[in-house]
Parts: sequence; structure tokens; C-alpha cells
Amino acid sequence: MGGVKVLGLNSSFPCVRVLWALKLKGVNYEIVEENLLNKSPLLLQMNPIHKKVPVLIHKDKPIVESLLILEYIDEVWKTTYPLMPEDPYDCSMARFWAKFVDEKVVVTAFEAMKSEGEGKEVAIVAAKETLELLEKQIEGKKFFGGDEIGYLDLVVGWICLWLPAIEQVGGMKLLDSSTFPLLYQWTQCFVHIPAIHECLPPREKAVDYFQTGLNYLRSLDASKK
Amino acid sequence: MEEIPNKLRLYGTEASPYVRRVIWALKIKGIEYDFVQEDLSNKSPSLLRYNPINKTVPVLVHAGKAIAESVVILEYIEETWPDPTPLLPEHPYERAMARFWIAYGDQKQHHVFHSFLACSEEGKEKAAKDLMEMLKIVQDEALGDQKFFGGNTLSLVDLCYGWLTSLKYVERVVGVRVLEPTTLPKLHRWMQDFSEEPLVKENLPDLEAKLPELETLRKHLMSTNK
Repeated sequence: MGGVKVLGLNSSFPCVRVLWALKLKGVNYEIVEENLLNKSPLLLQMNPIHKKVPVLIHKDKPIVESLLILEYIDEVWKTTYPLMPEDPYDCSMARFWAKFVDEKVVVTAFEAMKSEGEGKEVAIVAAKETLELLEKQIEGKKFFGGDEIGYLDLVVGWICLWLPAIEQVGGMKLLDSSTFPLLYQWTQCFVHIPAIHECLPPREKAVDYFQTGLNYLRSLDASKK
Repeated sequence: MEEIPNKLRLYGTEASPYVRRVIWALKIKGIEYDFVQEDLSNKSPSLLRYNPINKTVPVLVHAGKAIAESVVILEYIEETWPDPTPLLPEHPYERAMARFWIAYGDQKQHHVFHSFLACSEEGKEKAAKDLMEMLKIVQDEALGDQKFFGGNTLSLVDLCYGWLTSLKYVERVVGVRVLEPTTLPKLHRWMQDFSEEPLVKENLPDLEAKLPELETLRKHLMSTNK
């Protein structure tokens, strides 16, 4: 069995990053939809340590963590549509900013979504500060990857659909076109790329996904009190 | 300090395990560099200029271009100077696994290590047990029966778990043992073999002198942990 399988769900943006990469490279794959409240034996077997999606299964071997999967896909299918920059320094910048996106931009956006009252204003400011840094990175470029999208574009890609969903669930605005014109412009170009567009879930699915998660967290907090 | 084109400069501290892994990579690959000792309570203008986002060490400056984040730096070193001593496997799957274990160690290390150092007297057995459980996964799943994480030779994974050579100082300060031949035999043996590798041995951090600082840090963390 040499096929490519992705364990995941298309409402989860780390999973969609992987689908985008495979589509851009023209790799056929099968999605195995996971129910995160009732994880399949296959998922638990393939990712026993973190028990999370996405998992890429290639030649029966599992690769986990979306950023690692992107690099793996780029190294295996290296002749089609390179994702990482060629120059080692540009590569290091892409990795640095990818880490920043996942550790700071995503985390602060979630914090802002979850926060209430006074804390919410503080959290919103923190989230916007991370977007400001990202805005500076896209200055003078069409895409983070240059003239074509690359690794970093796929990593930032969640802001085109999942960030509006987070904003909706959190009752707030983070990425508005007047404060972040360059990032906003980037999202408009990004979503119109066919391979990107084809893998987007309906926005309601992303909203549901975050709303369910938030309700669950709030119920946990309530039961602790 | 004047800029010297094409020269390598590493901004760091003696005690940081994130800096140490970069030093080991450069030494193993035989790459010359200048080391700039930073005082993190009084960061130099150069450091803040080269790493305005995270404002911390390590930062590697090569031909005037700055790279921050230790794992990003290690990958850059590997890509720029792959031969004659590669520190990542060639096969994409093996590379992905190496990167996985580096990420796992860094995620867990930060959390568990700080919990361990900050634990109360009553909580120290549990804190030690948590750290041991995390290390057991690394021992059984990543190291197995290999001499090093990289097989017969060192890899970036070995360098990124190199902080285990300094765990004894934390064990001393907290007053409980974790990494022992009886508790984690294969990992303990790895730690000794790793420490004996010539380029590692010559470049181990001098932490004996830092013990009083570590004790102070523990007291501070314990008091803020309540």
C-alpha cells in the first residue's frame, strides 16, 4: 500500500495546510475523517504520543505535526512546486515566521476569542500586535513565498477563513482591511488560487468547530468552580 | 562592534541549553565563529537589533544576516554546511522523525523542567515522576537500543537533548534524582556516551559556578508558584 492518507478533518486548519500542500504538488490522497470526540483506533495507533490530527500516512508510515508534514511533503515530492525557499537564509526566515504564526498569532487569536470582560480588550490588543508583525513581513511582496505561494503562505493561510470564524465566535474584529491592508490584500489573492479554494470548508463548519471547542472549554471551567 | 562580512557571530550565554546546542553543532562541523556573551538582564543593542521579535539568545549572524530560534539556527547550519558531518538523516521520513523528537523535547522540556525546578517540597516526588515519564517515552521510542539518537553518530536530536547532561545540577538543587541507571538505563548510558564525545566534552557548559544562582531561582519559582 503506497497511497497517501490524511487523518483529519477539513474544518481543522492544520489539516487543510497538509491538503493544500498535496494538492499543489498534484499528489493523490484519501482523507480519513476523524471525530475528535471519539478518536479512531487508527489515529491512536498512528499518533500515540499526541493523539492529534493531522497525520499523514505515506507508505504505511505516519508523520505528525502540520509543519513537519509540510516539510516532509516538500522533500518527498521535491520536483513539483517547491514549497520551501531555495536559499538557506530565506528558508530560516520561513521557519522562524511559521513558528511565530503557530506560537503567537494563533495562540493570541484564541485567547482573544476565549476572553471575556476587561481581559478581552487586553487579549485583542495582544493579538493585533502579532498581526502587525505579520503585516510588516508581507510588505513589498505578493505572497510570503514571493511571486508564488510557498510554505509560509500555507502556514498563514488559516487567516483567510478560520480567523474570521474565530472573530465571529469571539464577537470581535482582529483583521480589518483598514488596519492591516497588506494582510487583507494577501488573503484576497490567496483564496482565489484554485488549489487553495478547493480545500476550504464552508465557513459555518469552521465557526461550528470553534464554537463547540469554546463551549466545551467553558463547561470545563464551570465544572471547576 | 564592526561588521565583518562572511564572519559568523553567535550571541549567547554560558548557561542557556538553546545556545549550547548551537555551539556543539558549530564545533562538530568545525565552523569558526565569534562568541558574544550576553547579559540577559542588560541586553546589548546588537542583540535587540538582530532579534527584535523575541529579544533573546541564541542569535546567529552570518554575513550580516541574523537568524533566531535555536532549532531554526540548527537547520540553517545543517543546510549551509551539510558536509562532511551531516547532523540530519538523508531520508525524508527519518528527517521528519528527527524533527518530531526535537519538537517533542522542546515542548515538554520547557514545561516539565520548569515545573520540576519550581515544585514544592511536598510535590517534588510527583514532579520527578512526571519528568521521568516524559524521559521514558524519549528513551523507549526515540533512542531505543541505538548508541545515539542519530544512530552510530551524533545528530541534531542528540544536541537538542544535550541539556540532560546538566540535569544533575537541577536534581541536586531540588533534592531528588530522576536520570539514573536504575530508572532510565538506556538514556543514562546515552547521557554518559554523549558527554564523552570529544567535541561535546570540550564544550560542556560550566554550571558548577552557577549552582547558587540555580538555588536562588528555585526559591523564587517556589514562592511564585504558591
